[in-house]
Amino acid sequence: MEILVCARRVPDTSENEIALNSAGNDIERDELVYSINEPDNYAVEEALQIVARVGGSVTVVTVGSEDDEEILRREMAMGASHGVLLSDDAFIGSDGRGIAAILKSFVAKGNYDLILTGVQAEDGAAQVGGMLAAMLDYPFASLVNSIEVLDARKLKIGREIEGGNREINEIDLPCVLSIQTGINEPRYVGMRGIRAVASVPIPTHAASDLGLDPGTVGDAGAKVKRVDYFVPVLGKGAEMLSGSREENIDKLVELMAAKGGLN
Amino acid sequence: MPRIFAYVVHKGGVADDSAAELLAAACKIDPTGSVTAVVTGFGPNLDRVCESLRASFGEVWKIANQSLDYPNAELIRKALVKVLPSGCLVLIPHDHFGIDLAPGLAVKLNGAFVSDVPDVNGSEGSNLKVVRQEFGGQLSAHVCCDISSGAVITVRPGAFKPAGNNPVVGLVVDKSFDVGPLSAGRRYLETVVAEAGDVDITRQHVLVSIGRGIQEKNNIGIAQELADVLGAAVSCSRPVVDAKWLEKSRQVGSSGKTVKPKVYLACGISGAFQHLAGIKGNPFIVAINKNPKAPIFQVADIGIVDDLLEFLPELTNKIREMQSVSAK
Repeated sequence: MEILVCARRVPDTSENEIALNSAGNDIERDELVYSINEPDNYAVEEALQIVARVGGSVTVVTVGSEDDEEILRREMAMGASHGVLLSDDAFIGSDGRGIAAILKSFVAKGNYDLILTGVQAEDGAAQVGGMLAAMLDYPFASLVNSIEVLDARKLKIGREIEGGNREINEIDLPCVLSIQTGINEPRYVGMRGIRAVASVPIPTHAASDLGLDPGTVGDAGAKVKRVDYFVPVLGKGAEMLSGSREENIDKLVELMAAKGGLN
Repeated sequence: MPRIFAYVVHKGGVADDSAAELLAAACKIDPTGSVTAVVTGFGPNLDRVCESLRASFGEVWKIANQSLDYPNAELIRKALVKVLPSGCLVLIPHDHFGIDLAPGLAVKLNGAFVSDVPDVNGSEGSNLKVVRQEFGGQLSAHVCCDISSGAVITVRPGAFKPAGNNPVVGLVVDKSFDVGPLSAGRRYLETVVAEAGDVDITRQHVLVSIGRGIQEKNNIGIAQELADVLGAAVSCSRPVVDAKWLEKSRQVGSSGKTVKPKVYLACGISGAFQHLAGIKGNPFIVAINKNPKAPIFQVADIGIVDDLLEFLPELTNKIREMQSVSAK
């Protein structure tokens, strides 16, 4: 089975405090730790496990710049056969549909049986996989947390629905699936593995290589544009205890007792 | 402003709570316009839902088709594409069904797509301004959406408070005949119900809930010891289950359990909305997190910026001391 995984390099929210820059139009990007988008990493692991069972190869593709090659190499160190970068100044400012259109043009150049994405990236939009599937007229399923290959034409998949329940479907290949975290246990990648693929060339395709009209993607084609960032105010905000640890514990115990938390 | 449709999810003949929230969102987008419900399904349950929606929607478009008895997003997308007028706005709840349906629907309707919208900030010409959240809720963004050729918008569950809309007597319009036969490359087989776990976190008065901040499986004992002295149970957020440190039955959130304790200790939990959606009954929430910008601090009652691996054992010791004193 030929599997394509669409991945993205994102600021690692578990490693960073995300802060607004002074202009309010972006996050403070100095000293941010970047990594592969976590659900995408699960998608690559799932692809590798499928290929280990039924044969084939795994290609990882990303839309971005040279900086993003590091996640392609990381996933190649995990076992992906190929990493591909789709990069062009005309791609900058793409909305979700633009990214999906760029990926579609790359998919059309290959012969993939299965296309995986992570369920969502740092923007929480959960959009590219479903859009890509619709553009390709492939079946789609989101929030996939199990995949079983039935035969060369069909998969049996589980989807995460409410309350921890799972919805089981049969889906025809080729198809697009968005992968939920927790579907597997992604393998560890050591520095040695990354060094081993450090000099593997990464093919790069620009808009013209993909037969894309630059006016349909990037900022020019985007119908959805972010204007600014701001710090959200969701609730009234917590009363912050700012004493010493001992003082905070004393205060907390008092409050918990009052609320019936100490019995 | 283009015509607004709200896709109504229903089960067992009853409309989902999201229907009223979509209506509230639609009224915020266009305070003067009339909102049309669009409902798919089959049989008497569909008819009951449509009938109930007449009290709040000016029109209810009914799409009855035997193949839509179970909500398969691909089939529903194909039905909606045949029925909806071009250039309209379609609102869909941002849940596991909306995530399945909405992005592809936007492509097929050739409209813009914005997902998981918790607020609307008005419009200027053909630009609709909405709010989104990024980075797990750490930052919000104003997003400008060109709706000149329509749009599909998924609405964050729980974000729009249903208003007391003026009662209407809506018209049910049967659009079934515009649809015709439907087929899909994906077929529903069955629903597997979650297994019950060793501890039922939905029945606890106090929960010590842990998130990514617990760092490794071996540290879960720290939370369990606190839970033991409190007579509480340990629950968790999604990353802990993804890492296989705790069973799925311990997960609080929209894809896990809905809990309603009196006191909820959120330890190393950032506070993504999917997690918060599982906390009901307005408990007293205490958040302990190293990151002062964690969204959990916005919804908690009490916040403490500290390392939970050091804080929790000291809290446990303090409570033990108090208990031994009171036992004497």
